[in-house]
Amino acid sequence: MQTVKDALREIRRYPSAIAGLFIIFLLVIVSIYAMITIPYREAITLWRGGEGVWRHLPRTVPPAWINHFRSQKLPETIVLDSRKGAAERQESPLGDGKTITLFYTFDYQADDFPREINIFFETSFKERSPFASIKWYTPDGREISITDIGLRTGSSSFRFNQDDKLIRRIRRQIGDVPVEVGLFVAPNPGENPRPLKGTYQVKIQVTAFDPETHLDAELVVYGKVYGAAGTDHLRRDLRIALLWGAPVALAFGLLAAAGTTITTMIIAAIGVWFSGLVDSLIQRITEVVMMLPLLPILIMVGTFYSRSIWVILGVTILLNIFGSGIKTYRAVFMQVRESPYVEAAQAYGAGDWRIIFRYLVPRIVPMLIPNLVTMIPTYVFLEASLAVLGLGDPVLPTWGKVIQDAVAHGAPYKALYYWVLEPAMLLMVTGLGFAMLGFSLDRIFNPRLREM
Amino acid sequence: MGRGMQMSEQVLAIPQKITGISFFQSTLVRVLRYTLVRGVTLFITVIVGVYLTVLIANMGGYVDQIRKGEIRENVTIQVMNNPALRSLDPDAKRQLIDERVRLEEKRLGLDQPFLIRGFRFLENALTLRLGFAQLMNSNSGSRQVKLILLERLPATLLLFGVANLFIFFLSLFLALVLSRQYGSFWDRLFVVLSPSSSAPGWFYGLFLILIFAGWLRILPFGDLVDAPAPRSPVLYALSVGKHLILPIMALTLSSIFLSVYSWRTFFLIYSSEDYVELAKAKGLSGRAIERRYILRPTLPTIVTNFMLTVIGLWTGAPIFETVFNWPGLGRTLYQAVGLFDVPVIVGSTVIFAYLLAITVFLLDIIYAILDPRVRIGA
Repeated sequence: MQTVKDALREIRRYPSAIAGLFIIFLLVIVSIYAMITIPYREAITLWRGGEGVWRHLPRTVPPAWINHFRSQKLPETIVLDSRKGAAERQESPLGDGKTITLFYTFDYQADDFPREINIFFETSFKERSPFASIKWYTPDGREISITDIGLRTGSSSFRFNQDDKLIRRIRRQIGDVPVEVGLFVAPNPGENPRPLKGTYQVKIQVTAFDPETHLDAELVVYGKVYGAAGTDHLRRDLRIALLWGAPVALAFGLLAAAGTTITTMIIAAIGVWFSGLVDSLIQRITEVVMMLPLLPILIMVGTFYSRSIWVILGVTILLNIFGSGIKTYRAVFMQVRESPYVEAAQAYGAGDWRIIFRYLVPRIVPMLIPNLVTMIPTYVFLEASLAVLGLGDPVLPTWGKVIQDAVAHGAPYKALYYWVLEPAMLLMVTGLGFAMLGFSLDRIFNPRLREM
Repeated sequence: MGRGMQMSEQVLAIPQKITGISFFQSTLVRVLRYTLVRGVTLFITVIVGVYLTVLIANMGGYVDQIRKGEIRENVTIQVMNNPALRSLDPDAKRQLIDERVRLEEKRLGLDQPFLIRGFRFLENALTLRLGFAQLMNSNSGSRQVKLILLERLPATLLLFGVANLFIFFLSLFLALVLSRQYGSFWDRLFVVLSPSSSAPGWFYGLFLILIFAGWLRILPFGDLVDAPAPRSPVLYALSVGKHLILPIMALTLSSIFLSVYSWRTFFLIYSSEDYVELAKAKGLSGRAIERRYILRPTLPTIVTNFMLTVIGLWTGAPIFETVFNWPGLGRTLYQAVGLFDVPVIVGSTVIFAYLLAITVFLLDIIYAILDPRVRIGA
């Protein structure tokens, strides 16, 4: 154990080891932060949430910080909710019923058009459904009639760019542009249409047929950037997956690497010590397992049995225990077995298991630690690889699954680079962190390499 | 197989040239005896490995149940949608469905118990009668697993053959150069960059696709040739060449640094041996030292690694081929798993197991010939 302590002291002399340790430290901090701020259950709910959870977020937009690198600022999402007092409300009786007017005012200063515009209604009434008329006022004083619709009880929504009448009206009045462009474009656009900056207003006038009618409405003008990490095709905040990817990757990598290397070493030690039948049995099993292709088997397990990350982890460990590592450890143990101190242990009457665990195994720890650390990135990438094949854990948000979503939805073709690059960079940094530490440890623990 | 055999024959020819006929004769007997023992052991290993694959692929018969459900559904839809059978009463229809399901199950051999089917499967697999795919087709429309796999093999061989050979020889060459100028800028650069190899090839592939196909738009996103494929063979080859650039770049990036680093370290360890020092003291030229005192003792390791490279060819890479949309064995395997097409899965694994066993077998023999320190037959 003294060698381990010395080695740890020596790490300070290797800049790449320091850098690796620093990266690992950061990852641990991020993991703890993720697990505290977004508890496991909440993360899963958010990640599987669907439209209801994420309806305020724009689809496939890059993170907000890219605006710092652009002269043309992209819009951020504007959410105006009448429940939170974001609308001016007027109610006045009208015959048996009443009229409700919601008046939304917002300032628009971005250099690009919004992504889409939706209004979400929350209505309750007795018998006849209320009737809403929506109007749009531009900063230069034009009035554009949006729609006249009857409202259903409960939740309903009006999506500007899916309404055929509105699309036709915009084409007639403004030109052949999408609705969200038509409503914001400055008059006489010419070659390069720009949004008109200034204060926009939206009026929702509702005619209700009974005084008990209740109405709330939420106006969402979706931007073209969102949050720290952007969103995906289901409007999900990628931040969740990027944050939660860290603990998942660390856990998978560490458990798989530790599970395989340590068990492999112990099995090799047992084989060498007992030799004879045990040894040749282990050797034969190793040969059979080496003949089984790892990835195809994992694909089969993922497709046929279970996609749970822990099942995949178990199978990975099982298949790697009898991998090529056994031969390497075996060669070293063969030498250790002949050492005088093992003979001495035998002479004083130490049992087989005592010799294996107290005399053979500790000798190989210096070789094991760098191996273990270097193996971690392999397993982190293995998890990502399986996810990219569509065999990721069905509930957990992981980096690999983000990459898979991005590739499956054509992110490289549609120039949605942030979607691939963010998780890929995190994987890369994680891999590099462990690899750099592992390589340095290898040089520290195996001095013969050091001169090289 | 052609290329692997050729290469190994060349390698086999080396010791004769170096050491002469007498050495070859004295080794012949022990090599033959050893060959026999190894051959039998490896064959048993292959049998066990293939049977395990069959078991896993069939997951104790569960796949069959899924298949049975699927058959029933298909037959039901067929019967329900057949206008000629519309006038039948429900009971008669049900009987007809049951009858057709039974026939269909018999056709696919699903009526026998799994254990027997497993062994039949094993026997067929070992004799390379790979049977018919359940759902997949070859491009020419055949259902034969052998044809499906053979059709995909050239694409995989082309990509991984070119890439792996390129990487192998390039890294050997670079490693020799670097080991000569130990401590130089380039040497340190490769040492520093070696951890980058912890990322797999498809990962670099993604980046390269983003840069060269998505952003610069100078190279294709993936696939084997342009669509539609050019008619003239020259243009066809050029088009394939263009599609090869990104995948080969990705594979090279993902392994070259680590590969050069380990070879260089390996050569450095060997060049610090006493006999190399002696050769230097005798005043031999650098090239002669390299050839006779460094490359020759490291030959077994080089051959092992070369053979492992050749093995790597056969597996293809499901993810890499999927990312690059490359119509090879790896992607076929992945598609087969997605379709629960057990014969195709078992077929590719069997072929892999055989090729691996043959390679290991050849490797053992070559080892015995090249390295007199290996105690064979013990």
